[in-house]
Amino acid sequence: MKKSLSMLLAGAMLVGTLAGCGGGSNAATTDNSGTEENTASGTVFKIGGTSPLTGDAAIYGNAVKNGAELAVQEINAEGGDIQFEVHFEDDQGQPDLAANAYAALKDWGMQLSLGAVTSKPGEAIAPLHQEDHIFALTPSASSEANVEGNDVVFQMCFTDPNQGLASADYIANQQLGTKIGIIYQSDEVYSVGIRDTFVEEAEAKGLDIVVEQTFTADNRNDFSVQLNACRDAGADLLFLPIYYTPASLILTQANQMGYAPKIFGVDGMDGILTVENFDTTLAEGVMLLTPFNADATDEATANFVTKYEEAYGETPNQFAADAYDCIYAYKLALETAGCTPDMSASELCDAMLETFPTITFEGLTGDGQGITWDDNGMVSKSPKGMVIENGAYVGM
Amino acid sequence: MQKLKKYAASKAGRDTLLSFGIVIIAFVVMQAMLATGSVSSLVQSLLVPICAYIILAVSLNLTVGILGELSLGHAGFMSVGAFSGVVAATTLADAVPFEPLRLALAIIVGGICAAIAGVIVGVPVLRLKGDYLAIVTLAFGEIIKNIINVLYVGLDGAGLHFSLLEQRFELEEGGKMIINGAMGVSGVSRLSSFTSGFVLVLITLFIILNLINSRAGRAIMSVRDNKIAAASIGISTTRYKLMAFVISAAFAGMAGTLYGMNYTTITAAKFDFNTSILILVFVVLGGLGNIWGSIIAATLLTVLPEMLREVGNYRMLIYAILLIAMMLFNNSSLKQRILEKRGMKQMEKLENAGQSGKEGA
Repeated sequence: MKKSLSMLLAGAMLVGTLAGCGGGSNAATTDNSGTEENTASGTVFKIGGTSPLTGDAAIYGNAVKNGAELAVQEINAEGGDIQFEVHFEDDQGQPDLAANAYAALKDWGMQLSLGAVTSKPGEAIAPLHQEDHIFALTPSASSEANVEGNDVVFQMCFTDPNQGLASADYIANQQLGTKIGIIYQSDEVYSVGIRDTFVEEAEAKGLDIVVEQTFTADNRNDFSVQLNACRDAGADLLFLPIYYTPASLILTQANQMGYAPKIFGVDGMDGILTVENFDTTLAEGVMLLTPFNADATDEATANFVTKYEEAYGETPNQFAADAYDCIYAYKLALETAGCTPDMSASELCDAMLETFPTITFEGLTGDGQGITWDDNGMVSKSPKGMVIENGAYVGM
Repeated sequence: MQKLKKYAASKAGRDTLLSFGIVIIAFVVMQAMLATGSVSSLVQSLLVPICAYIILAVSLNLTVGILGELSLGHAGFMSVGAFSGVVAATTLADAVPFEPLRLALAIIVGGICAAIAGVIVGVPVLRLKGDYLAIVTLAFGEIIKNIINVLYVGLDGAGLHFSLLEQRFELEEGGKMIINGAMGVSGVSRLSSFTSGFVLVLITLFIILNLINSRAGRAIMSVRDNKIAAASIGISTTRYKLMAFVISAAFAGMAGTLYGMNYTTITAAKFDFNTSILILVFVVLGGLGNIWGSIIAATLLTVLPEMLREVGNYRMLIYAILLIAMMLFNNSSLKQRILEKRGMKQMEKLENAGQSGKEGA
């Protein structure tokens, strides 16, 4: 008797965990729609996104979260017809966890999605958006696979190949370097995507790539091997299609070994001036492509930067700006399409698919020109070259 | 009936019934809940990973609990299975349009490839024991990860193309990259389902439990308990060690395929040291050599971090604290006492059953 009881209990425990959570979340959803402050299916649009709030890419994830929340606060404070509620789930930058985070967002009652922050998780959940017919506008998942074959996913950032192309063209046109070295992260879709098109375009433009060095997420704490190889090959310009944390380390180590090539980065380099314990004088003369410049003097940017600094105590990077733009782009599109918050995710998706290719959006990251989208979900923005002078970005 | 009771009273019988009981009851209840639509999307998205982790935990238990060798490279076998399974499934896409069959074939391929990897690693490595073995398996897991990071596999009209370090082949028009180096696999069709995961769990339990309770299983345990004594009565220790290791690797590979085919994109970075440790945690928490314990621990620890999403930023902190608490309880005198009490009762039951059996005869 005892045995069968213990067996039953063990089984019940297992089922209980599963069932408990099932029931729990469901109950939570029904509760939500019933309560006063959160009459979700009625007065506010629920926007969800998966983002690496913890783990290696947490700086980017939190920047996106902050940027989006700031925009939502502003819009809700204005008290217009369109009110938002934004919610992020942690994906730790991993594709499989992003799928879980996406499911959690669906349980929360997400109507519109911000997709994922980083490229690989974005690739994992883009087909899920497609299956469920939920519209996504990703602030920063820039690999092409995010939008290719997934009609319902749109991008706010320019795609990786676009950046590789622009970098190679820029270096060739300005004759910045004769011998080019590349250091890139071989297990990062973003980095590899840019490097591939860069190499292709560089060949077409007759640029001389003398050395290519790689690193992975596991060994990005020391770059002396890669830098020595670049120096030995006589590279006078280093192209770094990588994020700013490893880039800051490369600059520091290059300085220590007395190697001073020109440095050319892409939008992941944006933020290098805010790295803690990094001597920003080393970044003098670094060239990079970015859609956003925190030092810009136009009113919208100045307003955004001040508010962001007040709220979070740090200078916003392009991730925050892209997320901020995403929310305002949603606002514009919803207004244009005349959507109401009681519409289902699928109805909203149809409306957004119709509206987004037709609107022109004035955002922080549009460089004064309007931002538009094509039918595939790619954005029209073109990367802008900046150079760091006296601790600030200056347009090239 | 009498026979079944007696079987249930024996330790082996109890473990077997408990393991199958838990899995089957959980499956039936989940199916009923899915049918009535009372399961949240989050739990639905966890079902296949739970099945995969159960298989991984049970298979690692064979190495760690039954064979008594510490292996820290289980995720390596998982990734071999995942990537070879995806290649097989993509290659067979036209030849086998029926999806469950294609998944089954992919799982078999994944299992075989992982078993081959198991032999390659096992033959030199099983000469070591204890800490040394643990470190070598750890290194092996890293090697696998790094090889897949530089592996390029493409498919076109002419067949499969492989290359290492860089993509040295050009695909014909309409060709497709399956594994694209460090960027891993992307854009595969998701074939895994809860039912397929459930069936694979049952097959795993059936084979591993039968193995444990067979002559070979007893031989493996004798190697664990005393290698010299086992060798002295004519048991080939190398053979049985390798047997347990390779079977364990094969099931890890199958679980890897199941896991990989649940997502449209996978990268080698997923199958790192942390994943190996996670599986080991399932086994240790469930109890070494305790199969149904592994099942429950794997389920619990897969579900737990997702359920903690509601507490937001403190999620991983609370998860870690709960894990420490569970481990402390698992190793506490409190649990020891509970178990001893139960053990005494068990002995009595066994004696009673034996007596009544005799009376019956």
